This record gives sequence, C-alpha cells and structure tokens, in this order.
Amino acid sequence: MSTTSAEIKPGKASLLYDPKIRGYVYQFLLLAVVGFLIWSAASNAIENLRAQKIASGFGFWHNASGFDINQKLVPYDASSGTYGRAFWVGLLNTLLVASIGIVLSTFLGFFVGVARLSSNWIVSKIAMIYVEVIRNVPLLLQLFFWYNAVLKPLPNPRQSIELPAGALLNNRGLYVPDPQFGPGGSLIIWAFLIGIVATFVFRSWARKQQAATGRQYPTGWVGFGLIVILPVLVYFATGRPITFVYPELAGFNLRGGIQIFPEFVALLIGLTTYTAGFIAEVVRAGILAVSKGQTEASHALGLRPGPTLKLVVIPQAMRVIIPPLTSNYLNLTKNSSLAVAIGYPDLVQVFTGTVLNQTGQAVEVVAITMAVYLTISLVTSLFMNIYNKRMALVER
Amino acid sequence: MKQVIGAALVAVTAAICAGGASAQSPTLAQVKSRSILHCGSGTGLAGFGIPDQQGNWSGMDVDVCRAVASAIFNDPTKVKFIPLSAKDRFTSLQSGEVDLLSRTTTWTISRDTALGLNFAGINYYDGQGFMVRKKLGIDSVLKLAGASICTQQGTTTELNLADYFRSNKIKYEVVAFASNQETVKAYEAGRCDAFTTDASGLYAERLTLSNPEDHMVLPEIISKEPLGPVVRHGDDVWLDIVKWSLFAMINAEELGITKANADQMLKSDNPEIKRFVGTEGKFGEPMGLTNDWAYRIVKHVGNYGESFERNVGAGSLLKIARGQNALWSKGGLQYAPPIR
Repeated sequence: MSTTSAEIKPGKASLLYDPKIRGYVYQFLLLAVVGFLIWSAASNAIENLRAQKIASGFGFWHNASGFDINQKLVPYDASSGTYGRAFWVGLLNTLLVASIGIVLSTFLGFFVGVARLSSNWIVSKIAMIYVEVIRNVPLLLQLFFWYNAVLKPLPNPRQSIELPAGALLNNRGLYVPDPQFGPGGSLIIWAFLIGIVATFVFRSWARKQQAATGRQYPTGWVGFGLIVILPVLVYFATGRPITFVYPELAGFNLRGGIQIFPEFVALLIGLTTYTAGFIAEVVRAGILAVSKGQTEASHALGLRPGPTLKLVVIPQAMRVIIPPLTSNYLNLTKNSSLAVAIGYPDLVQVFTGTVLNQTGQAVEVVAITMAVYLTISLVTSLFMNIYNKRMALVER
Repeated sequence: MKQVIGAALVAVTAAICAGGASAQSPTLAQVKSRSILHCGSGTGLAGFGIPDQQGNWSGMDVDVCRAVASAIFNDPTKVKFIPLSAKDRFTSLQSGEVDLLSRTTTWTISRDTALGLNFAGINYYDGQGFMVRKKLGIDSVLKLAGASICTQQGTTTELNLADYFRSNKIKYEVVAFASNQETVKAYEAGRCDAFTTDASGLYAERLTLSNPEDHMVLPEIISKEPLGPVVRHGDDVWLDIVKWSLFAMINAEELGITKANADQMLKSDNPEIKRFVGTEGKFGEPMGLTNDWAYRIVKHVGNYGESFERNVGAGSLLKIARGQNALWSKGGLQYAPPIR
C-alpha cells in the first residue's frame, strides 16, 4: 500500500487494474477453457467413432429390439417392441420402485427416528442398532442378502404357500388376485376418488372452523366414511361388479392374477430399509434441533406428549428435516440402478445393459440415461423445494 | 532442376515411409511397446477361459490369446487377461481397453458392421441349448410353456430365446442377469425352470452346480453360434495377425505339427511344413512378425486339436466330442486357408 489516495482517481484507473473488468476477464477465460475441454472431448469422440465406422446418432430408437422383459407396466413384447419402447419400460420400472421406495422409507425412517429418541430403553437401543447396521453395510451387499433371503426359502410353484384372500407365494414371486371390473365397476373408482377429494375439502373447512370458533370436528371418522364406506356402498349398490381372477397352477408356473416379481420385492426392501436408516438420523437431528423449551412450554399449556410432538415439535423440525430428506430421496432413486445386480429390469439394466450391448452405441445410450437421472433428480428437488418453501419459517 | 528432383525425392521418400508406416499395425506397435497383450476374456467359463487357483488362465479362447502373444513375443505368458461381462465386452474393445476380445462371442452381422468390430475367424462352432432339472420330467424345449427362463443379458442368447418362443407361440418369462455367475446362481436357487446359453457353456456350467446329476441338457439346439476372436475396425494388419494366428493352429493340426514334434518339423522337407515353420518364404514379415511366427504358436500353445482336447475334449472334465469342430477333412467345419 505505497500509493497514496491522491494518486487514485476514480474512473481513471487502468483497465488492467479494474477489479470488475478483471473479474469478467477471468470468468471469460474459465468459460473458454471449460468450453474448449468439452468441445475437444466431443469432437474427439465423434472423430474416433467415425474412424472406426461405429454407427452413431439416435436412429436406433425405432429399431426392433428383439428381446423380452419380464416386468413391464406398458405393453411390450419382443415381436413389436423397439429400443425406444424398451427404454420406457425400464424407466417406468425405475420410477415404480423409486416412488414406492420413497413413500415406504419415509414412513419407516420417521418411525425409527422417533423410536431412537424414545424414553423406552429397549425401543431406542433397537432403533440405534438398526440405524448403525443398515448405514454401515454397503447397499449392494444388502441387495444380495435380500434377494437370496427372499428367494432361497420360498418353495417352487407347485408347493406355493397359500396366503389369505387367494394370494399365493413361491420363488417366482407373489401372486395376488387380479380384479376385473364389470359394468358399473368404474363407479366404485370414481366414488373412491370423490371420497379422497371430499375428505381434503372437509379437512381444510374443519381447520378454518377450528381457527375461527375453536370447535373441533371428527375429521378422521368423516374421512374413513368418505374414502372406505362410500366405495363399499357403491360396490353393493351396483350389484358387486368386481370379480377376481385367481392365480392357479398351469404347467410349471401359475397363471392368472397379478405377479409381483421377487427381484422387485428384494430391491424395494433393500432400498427402503437402507434409505430409512439415513432418514431416521435426519429425523432425529431435526427433532433434537427444536429447543427443549418448546416442549416444556407445550407441556405447560397442558398438551399431552402425543399432541406436543404432532403440533409443536414436528412442524418446527420439518424445516430442518426437509433439505437433507430431499437428498435422501435422490439417493434412493439413483441407488435403484443397483437393480442391475439382481436382475430387476430397471432403466440401467434394460437400457445401458441390453440395449447398449445390442446397438453398441455407448455414447448415446449413456448420455440419454444420464439425462434421465438428472431430470428425475431435478424434478424431485423442485417439488421438495416447493414443499420446503411452504414449510419454511414465516417471519412476522 | 536439381531442386525439383530433390523435392521429388523427398516426396517419394515420404510416400514410401508413409506406406511403410501404414503397413505397420498401430495395435501391434502398442502391444510391442508395452510388451504385453491385453486380451478381453470371459468372467470364468470352464473350457473356454477360466483362471486356476494360481491365477493362470486356460481354455479354448485363452489359447487364441496365447497364440497371438507367442507369435509376437515368442512367449505365451505375455498376456494380461481382462475379465469382461457379456454386456461390457464390446465397449471395452471399441475404446481400446483390450487389444483383442476372445470370450465366446457370436459372430453376427450387426456386431461385424455397426459395432465397428471385425471377427477374425471361428474357433468354436456352437449352438444355443437349454438346461433343466431332471425332475421336471420334460424332454423338449417345446414343453417349456409358461416356464421362467434365466439368461445373461446383452447376448445373442437373449434374442434367440425371444425368437424361438415367439415363432413356436410358447409363452415364457425371461429373467435376465448381467453376469453368467448370477444367472447360474438364480437358476440353482430355483428362480427359473430352465437356464439357456451356448451348449458348450451349459456343459461347463453344469459341472459347477452342486448336484450336476440332477440337471440335464435338452436335445434341441435352437441357433447357430459361431464363436470367435474379435478386433476393432481400422487396423487391418492387426486383424490379419489374429486371424492367421487362429488359422496357424488349424493348419498345424492338418499338417500334423504338434507341440511335441514342432522342433523336428524345422528339419522337414515337406514344402507345406517348411512354409509353415518359416524355413521357406517370408510370410511373417508383411504382418510385422518374424517368419517363424507359426512355429512359435505351435511350439508354445499346440495345434487346434491339442487345444480342443486339452480344454473341452477328452482330456478335460467337459468331454465334448469334436463334432462340428473336427477338421473339414474329418467331417467337421474347421477349415483354414493355406499358408503360401
């Protein structure tokens, strides 16, 4: 700092020493370097593909695939299927296991997280052991464990275990009766949907009433009536239009019914229990972040421990819980790609496995798969951020 | 004028040098500079490519790699075997991670063209078969209606399976796994009624099951599976080296040259044998090899028949008959162009 203030005249400094200009120059240089790296990598790949005469482009999308996939949520078979169709089959399988896994791991995680804070010594120790074991064993090993644990002890289809309501269990999966809707059957589904909407409307009305007048309404019973009793009444009123196709032995395997594959069950259990271990810790951290004074104040107001947790602690803990919860949801979705190890036909297994191998177009297939996971993750984050905004502390 | 001649001379020299360089295989140069051959092999299939307890690989496919290494280095141990699953193998070869892929790979048109690969020959004529438990009491693939079938993904097997059951209008459920080991494990755990792969693979895998006697291979062979070594597009000389290493093994069997008598054959008067062992003609040089390249292969690895008997034939646990893999002169399909 040898210069004196008299020598510096604002606006007249050399461009070289203008921090703003310098900043722009450095950022531009960085951008140019990154851009050059990407460009040279891409052009190098294209050049090499051309030199080796490897097919490139996305023309394979509409080509016939010629292979079968066992679990499919949309119609697909080897005779009419294309690689594009196989992509959707794989993607839906990924989304199926990820979405069910997210719901189940949230419930299990909250349960374990709260249990670990329980004043009951045995309950809290069991929760602790669960969390420590699950979090410290690699997920891949857990998947192998569940796959073999699910598969090995089950009998073959001829000695299926009979479960209540006509369901059958064997080493080919769980077979449940397939409901067939006769005439008027769709009314039952409509009644169910209307019941759900009506319950939500009633709940928000009841809340407003409570805020205004202090009167409480039996929202639980009304919800039960609307969602369960109403469709049942419609079912009898329309003359019982639902019939079930029961699984039965035909040849080697069972025919009829809905088949839930052991690969799916193993993957779902593995992902759910694993992610729940992490969610439990997030929940515990969130609850502990709410100061003890809140609980004591609530007790002083005469609230019992249950309502205290539900009305005072959890709403405040959610603000701490949601951001790390989001990243656990993303992890679960991405971890579902380990399905490849146990033969569950998810996106990675079908698309970057079989399709990549049959077409040989590694660059395109891997790029598409990466873009898909990126999109799923960004969409999940978006929804969780919206939820986070709603839950965030509203400063007054 | 002098300058023009000078310039022309420079141009001609450059052209010759460039021509010489193009006859040189870049892959060969790379293999020589690192003085070890990178060979893409399977993840362990008895008879074709499997490491023993000391980590020494053996098998039909392994012998092709050893033959190429013998021709280049006069040393069959200068091979690094890189185990690749069926679904990873082509990407590894395309990207240059391996110089040569020799792991029960079926020659098909799409692999030969669109995948940017070249097949260097057929070292085993195979076909797809099915293995089932004996207690199922069936004797034909056509009776597998409604069955669950385990297979390895990314294989021609997976495609043939779909074709065969579709054309015979039989319903089935496919369960596809990434690796051979997982496929066999799932079959053994009872996840599937049948396990399908190349027939040679079925016999090899049956030996790894806990009770091989409880399982049988069904009689139907539903496809052609010509298996052979594969190289990348864009290096014709390297393709020649791999192709002729395999041909040398087959020719050696036809000429009666074996691992044991290879040294005596150096003194032979038979012109065909003289060309083979390199005492007459210069057949190795155009490939960038020495002229005794074929002699080296037989000396270190043996001829095709010896390799067959040792790995999958009478001298092995698999006891597979020569069948289609006998020499053409003995009713089989193995036929190699002459060395001349």
